Amino acid sequence: MTAYRFLVNGVPAEVEVPGMRRLLDVLREDLGLTGTKEGCGEGECGACSVILDGQVVDACLVPICQVEGRIVRTVEGLSLAARERGALDTLQEAFLEHGAAQCGICTPGMLMAARAYLDAGGDGDEDHIREAIAGNLCRCTGYTKIVDAIAAVAHVD
Amino acid sequence: DIPGDNVVSLIKDDQPLLVPVGGEIRHHAEAVALLAAPDRETLRELKGRIRLVTEPLPPVFDPEQSDHVFAQYDVARGDLDAGFAGADLILEGEYRVGHQEQLYIENQAMIAVPGEDGGIVIHGSMQCPYYVHKALKRALRLSSVQARVIQEETGGGFGGKEEYPSMIALHASLLALKARRPVRMIYERHEDIAATTKRHPAIVRHRTGVTRDGRLVAQDIEVVMDGGAYCTLTPVVLSRGVLHAGGPYRCPNVRLRGRATRTNTPPNGAFRGFGAPQTEFAAETQLNRLAEALNMSPAEIRRRNVYQLNDTTPTGQVLRESVAGEEVLEQAVGASLFERVRQLTGREAAERHGSGTIPAGTLRTGDRRFANGIGLALAWHGAGFTGSGEVLLKSVASVELTADGRIRVLTASTEMGQGTKTVFPQMVASELGVPADWVEYAPQDTAEVPDSGPTVASRTVMVVGGLTIQAARRLKAEVEARNPGVPFHEAFRDDARIHGPTRIDQQFEPYPGVGFDDTTYTGDAYPAFGWAAAVVSVEVDLDTAEVSVRDVIAVDDVGVVIHPILCEGQVEGGTLQAVGYATIEEIKLRDGRYLNDRLATYLIPTALDAPHIRSILVEAPYSGAPHGAKGVGELPMDVAAPAVVAAIHDATGVWIHELPATPERILAALQRASAA
Repeated sequence: MTAYRFLVNGVPAEVEVPGMRRLLDVLREDLGLTGTKEGCGEGECGACSVILDGQVVDACLVPICQVEGRIVRTVEGLSLAARERGALDTLQEAFLEHGAAQCGICTPGMLMAARAYLDAGGDGDEDHIREAIAGNLCRCTGYTKIVDAIAAVAHVD
Repeated sequence: DIPGDNVVSLIKDDQPLLVPVGGEIRHHAEAVALLAAPDRETLRELKGRIRLVTEPLPPVFDPEQSDHVFAQYDVARGDLDAGFAGADLILEGEYRVGHQEQLYIENQAMIAVPGEDGGIVIHGSMQCPYYVHKALKRALRLSSVQARVIQEETGGGFGGKEEYPSMIALHASLLALKARRPVRMIYERHEDIAATTKRHPAIVRHRTGVTRDGRLVAQDIEVVMDGGAYCTLTPVVLSRGVLHAGGPYRCPNVRLRGRATRTNTPPNGAFRGFGAPQTEFAAETQLNRLAEALNMSPAEIRRRNVYQLNDTTPTGQVLRESVAGEEVLEQAVGASLFERVRQLTGREAAERHGSGTIPAGTLRTGDRRFANGIGLALAWHGAGFTGSGEVLLKSVASVELTADGRIRVLTASTEMGQGTKTVFPQMVASELGVPADWVEYAPQDTAEVPDSGPTVASRTVMVVGGLTIQAARRLKAEVEARNPGVPFHEAFRDDARIHGPTRIDQQFEPYPGVGFDDTTYTGDAYPAFGWAAAVVSVEVDLDTAEVSVRDVIAVDDVGVVIHPILCEGQVEGGTLQAVGYATIEEIKLRDGRYLNDRLATYLIPTALDAPHIRSILVEAPYSGAPHGAKGVGELPMDVAAPAVVAAIHDATGVWIHELPATPERILAALQRASAA
């Protein structure tokens, strides 16, 4: 067991766990941040996408030892940042408005992939958006409304 | 250790929750023992200590070789021999489809909590709380109160969480009763794909007679479905498959024969469309081949045969209303400029082929690497349960005005992404004349809500939604009668305070004039049908035979649209599942085991694979339902796959008879074509 320290959604976190414990389990089980979902456990579905130092990663593939001293953003962080302004994140608003979430299990990961894309200066081009979320599987929507929602935010930003 | 019957209660009592010692293991993912531990490491260690002694038995993997028949249906109408005798052209075809995994992104999971009364409370991901409830009562010998089932947020279902949740709930419960503490059972993706139900593989054989002007005069269709190792829902899946096997077309002489048999794979079960996507893929591909043989447009052959008002189906059902096959067809053909695009792709193909021969082993004859194609398909989908299903089920849904003036909708209809929680309060609020957010949707907890039946068969809005509307109307009438001259929205709060709570329980009444005879298998198979058309554009890589599905125009008649955004969402999502079924989704088997039982190897479409989908909603209301709605969930699943196959033919000149239409199959078909 080693102690690992990092920032989660702007808040310092410290856990004492085996170094190979998955970031996904640390978030969900040790820190109680269950917004991040597990869909496959092998980096295929993207349901566990979080932002690590500005990059989208699958939290199921990241051992906690690689997170030491780094900055993690999860879906809970999206709403926290927005709550200070008394609202949801613009992406969350757009997902609601466009019907981009059906069952919702892919939504946290989809939001984080989209947030990272937009934060990196991504535009409203449909092909670019599809590329940005190609690592996030959705089985409900056919992606049409997800792409529309992200494009709407890109155009506003 | 099983207090009641060792049976997962459903249609037949053939599936045990645990294979008994000395019993027959019928598929590789069957449970023989249950283990629980406080943590994963201990569990892994315990598992290593178990030794299973088995003796091999001869397995059956070919459904046509199996002598154990789960169900069989025969439908006949007219005089088949006379029909073929009067035909100008007779065409035969054999079509095959394999397993398809629902692949909800959230795996199956249950938590069982032992109660102080010796009972069990289940929390989990499921479509049908009362199916789980029934299974618990039977296997654990519990009363209706001792067994309590609560649906938690459910990350997708598509039929995959119709029946299998009963199995996991029973397993978790047995462990919880034994350990006297809560037990959580969460499948990993690999376990979920390996063990849970899939879409039934099927073999469908057609022999069709047509006149020179393209009118169907005889259809002889045989359907064989692979049920897997236990019966589960197979008879009902087969029934729907057989009833839809002719497609949405009038034909005076028809024979439909279907059987489903037992094999040694995990059981196959419900998946969006429930037997119809398999048989309608065959029916549509057969019709498209007939159009080609007659040198007729695929749109024109459909125009000449699609059911019209007052036509009769093979079971003798007269289509008295809500018949929109022609309308969805014309809208799809019009919106996609089908005939014009087809002319262009036809010209392209002619230029490409030059002399008309395609060299063996490669598709490409010139400089152009990609070929475009466009394809059309049409489908019908029976609304709600098949035959007497609803009549036997006697669903109840309730609307309640509580003593503290809240309005609640009580049903067992689950939310799994399709929008129940949104549209039920919306429909009730609209009847009561109050804002939608004044109406609450009670949790799907068997201790709280009545049994409104399973959340399946696209029946939620049509059947259960209809009951909530009727209940709301009665509630409004009662409250307004007690408060003359005051509209409900002004009266209900005071009414509740003065008169206390009012609860209306609305039980299903048979739709007027609708009757089905289960013994002769004749009559009104469904109260009404939904109608769908799809036009698909593809681009085929002539070097690799990879198919890229570019655009889909999906036109769906749902009766009445309750919530346009959610309704489009159903059409778009169902269309993409059908595109996946047509192009990439395939289960490979060895000795009855799924080889690609991981997300790394079972592929579903990503945002890059997905086509642009434009949905057009058509409304041909059904008068038997109070709102006219016929359901939408399954309809789009029936139609896109045969349209993809038709588009591949338009691009390459070959017909693919087996789904998915992989590059390997397309290349093989081209080699056969060039050899011939």
